[in-house]
Amino acid sequence: MMPARKLALFLLLAPAVLWLGLLILLPHVEILILSFSERVGPRVYAFGLGNYLEFFTEPLYWRTFARTAVMSILVTALTLVLAFPIALYIARVAQGRLKAMLLLLCLLPFWVSELVRTLGWMMLLRETGLISYLLQRVGLASQPVEMLYNDGAVILGLVYGGLLFMIVPLANALESLEPSVVEAGYDLGGSRWTVLRRIVIPHATPGIVAGSIIVFMLTVGNFATPVLLGGKNGLWFTEQIYAQFITRFNWPQGAAFGMLLLVLSSVIVWLGLRLSGQSLGTTLRQA
Amino acid sequence: MSKAPLVWKLYIAAFYIFLFAPLLVVAIFAFNASAFPSPPWKGGTLEWFIGSGAVFGKPGVLMDPIWLTSIGNSLKVAVPVAVLAVLLGTINAWVLERAEFRGKTIVAMMMLWPLVIPGVILGISILAFFSRVANGLEELLQTDLDPLRPGLPLVVLGQLSFILTIATLIIAARLRKFDRSLEEAALDLGASRSRVLRTVTLPFLRPALVGAGLVALLMSFENFNTTLMLVGSDPPLPITMYGQMREGATPAINAVSLLLMLGVGGIASLFALTSKAQS
Repeated sequence: MMPARKLALFLLLAPAVLWLGLLILLPHVEILILSFSERVGPRVYAFGLGNYLEFFTEPLYWRTFARTAVMSILVTALTLVLAFPIALYIARVAQGRLKAMLLLLCLLPFWVSELVRTLGWMMLLRETGLISYLLQRVGLASQPVEMLYNDGAVILGLVYGGLLFMIVPLANALESLEPSVVEAGYDLGGSRWTVLRRIVIPHATPGIVAGSIIVFMLTVGNFATPVLLGGKNGLWFTEQIYAQFITRFNWPQGAAFGMLLLVLSSVIVWLGLRLSGQSLGTTLRQA
Repeated sequence: MSKAPLVWKLYIAAFYIFLFAPLLVVAIFAFNASAFPSPPWKGGTLEWFIGSGAVFGKPGVLMDPIWLTSIGNSLKVAVPVAVLAVLLGTINAWVLERAEFRGKTIVAMMMLWPLVIPGVILGISILAFFSRVANGLEELLQTDLDPLRPGLPLVVLGQLSFILTIATLIIAARLRKFDRSLEEAALDLGASRSRVLRTVTLPFLRPALVGAGLVALLMSFENFNTTLMLVGSDPPLPITMYGQMREGATPAINAVSLLLMLGVGGIASLFALTSKAQS
């Protein structure tokens, strides 16, 4: 019986081991090693920190990195502020069919490809786009207005892409808030704002953390939205990784950039979890 | 809090307009009889779906080999990804819910990792690793190992790396709800283990298996970040769309997008139905 059980367990585990080993662990070891190798001659590589030094000495690289980090945090904060009233409405005010419909309507656009959504924003914002056209028609503008290819457009696109991943965890967290607790807050003389700040927001913390972490990760790792909506001004770090790997064929440099992005996203996720006292497992389950 | 102030309601309304505006614009301009995907409105046409190119100089989606090949490539990736995700995801779910062994918590935690790794990094790491393997093996075996080079087989592996997590989670959630006394009853009544699996456990899991397959199909069809790093000379649909969007496309891209939205809508409602059957 024992050997048979062992064999069964081994067979059951085989797919997971192959998957996590060959598609996750070893590839990451590979880019870690690659990121520490320097080209010393044609097809000859040696261990060295050159790729990381290059990152810190070339302003374009570290500035793009810092910009990506700062803008991602900004996008996350904006998404949270915009999504909170929606989630609160869905969870606490809307009832029955309306509630189900509002949630479903939120989900729908996010089943559609990111590229389709970005195409929509391009068609709205560009010089020959709909908003520019309408502004000219009603006489608010005398010539075509270009609203694409700037930071505002990039932020808009990224916030749009993150909204759902904020609303769902927030609404889930707010759902479990007892109405009697909120009533008590009012009865004790709390204003709308005090109740929101002292009761509703603390209760929603797990949802806020889960949503923020997911939105941050998606934003930092995004490629299409900053490139298409920002054009030359997009300057997203994933674009640098792509350029090193695919355009310049400088894999060690690209691997170093990849490791840096991975560290950035892990550190921010870890900080978010530490500051709020949540764990990764429960956080992912919230979402 | 039951009476919401008007400002709040207006905000909700504005929000939903904001949410749907880009999608509506894409859909409407798929029918514009113009060579460019922009206003003014020049009248309705189906040219960008089924036109041969006689009117605007460029063919509609369903007549254009570029779009048709891309859709074909996407299917060549999505179908294997979905089949593998369901098969392997079921086995993984079994490991998570039924197996007992040392280190299980670590395995369970590692299965979540792919969700927190940016797609671009999954792409480059798999690209680099498989290139090294290919280089080593080719020297050893003295043959070409093209499937390990950028191309559709590598895209399948790259997408599977994180879609498998999602399939595993969907199936494991269903397996957790299973009442094991049903299996025991079947065994007591003399059924063999494989028969119990076939007639009791798998039928119970079916909604989750279908659901996981549909989600995998959808995620594969729409994946861009990981695919971009691993693609060779056969671009799947999102890669072609991206290229056209950078160059400035005809309204054919709107037509493709609308077809995609309809397809996604169909799959999403199927998924909603299966998950309703689940609960």
